[in-house]
Amino acid sequence: MQIQVLGSGCPTCKKLLERTKSAVEELKIQAEVEYITDIQKIVSMGLMQSPVLAVNGKPVLVGRVPDVGEIKEIIAKAVA
Amino acid sequence: MFYPIQIFADWLTYVVLNIVPGTKLGAALDFFVFDTIKIFILLAVIVFVVSIIRSFLPAEKVRKMLSHKREFTGNILSSFLGILTPFCTCSAIPLFLGFVQAGVPLGVTFSFLVASPMINEVALVMLLGLFGWKIATIYITSGLIIAILSGIVIGRMKPEHLVESFVFENSIKNPLGLPNMTWKARIQYARDYTWDIVKKVWLYIIIGIGVGAWIHGYVPMDFLAQYAGSNCWYAVPLAVLVGIPLYSNAAGVIPLVSALTEKGVSIGTTLAFMMAVTGLSLPEFMILKKVMKVKLIVIFAAIVGIGIIFTGYLFNAIL
Repeated sequence: MQIQVLGSGCPTCKKLLERTKSAVEELKIQAEVEYITDIQKIVSMGLMQSPVLAVNGKPVLVGRVPDVGEIKEIIAKAVA
Repeated sequence: MFYPIQIFADWLTYVVLNIVPGTKLGAALDFFVFDTIKIFILLAVIVFVVSIIRSFLPAEKVRKMLSHKREFTGNILSSFLGILTPFCTCSAIPLFLGFVQAGVPLGVTFSFLVASPMINEVALVMLLGLFGWKIATIYITSGLIIAILSGIVIGRMKPEHLVESFVFENSIKNPLGLPNMTWKARIQYARDYTWDIVKKVWLYIIIGIGVGAWIHGYVPMDFLAQYAGSNCWYAVPLAVLVGIPLYSNAAGVIPLVSALTEKGVSIGTTLAFMMAVTGLSLPEFMILKKVMKVKLIVIFAAIVGIGIIFTGYLFNAIL
């Protein structure tokens, strides 16, 4: 499974990256968390807000940084 | 409307804490309790309502409404939509790229870039709570006019050559259809968003109101009138310069300015300062460097800055 955090490199995006990493760890799933700062990638997904959390190339969270618990739920739902 | 809160603040200050009415400490504390409660109530209600409206208008839908819009109608529409769309410096670039690549004219995009941060729900709450609806209305109206005019002026300058060429390469491959939200999802979104905002700004608000309350109670009336009254010509441009690096602290800055207004800073100067804090931001300019030449950022800042300074002088003269 591929998990990506896309952002412009701002503090908000980095926070999402950190929380996503802890979420993946706590979920004990086999996944690599990739951090992408190429904004064109966000735009080509048809989105315009940063940061974005994408699971297997599909955006599941846009423009918001929820707590680790909610990120876990989101990832679990996307995988199921 | 907020009368019960005043009764509570009076009761807490003068009865529970037993502070003698008429003292400086009493005035400061009473002011602090009243304003803090009022602002948090307003914050919760207004942010929630704005989020519900926003759930009907995500940025992607806004873009669709604005693409290939003509000058003027496009600028007006984008300025209004800018109010509803949340703006975070980290979203400035994807927004800019997304708009331009979908065929939104540059001038219309700039109107959006001005209105979106300048007129936001947090600033609105603080203005409404601390200055009243008249000043809040003046702020919104002037902000909209500045956004509309700046966008038209920048559009007329034909600044396409000052924008990095990759911006115009359309890379939108799969514009995702956003799923329709149910009312339950909208309410949940609004609740989460309101909570996010409260978590982000509560400390600034308390510090801002705290310092404001201290000024209210301890600084003599009209103390600042001689330095920043309406007959002081350099007050407005100075306020704008000071406001630029204070971005994203509207929550802490507005209570402070509200107390300063009471001590003689004139209202036009105050408005100009608040607009500079929210509308002109150094971190945003730095980030915009990724997509446009420095020259265009300077033009953008200068036009918006002139608009704000003009607004400041105008309201110093008529209010």
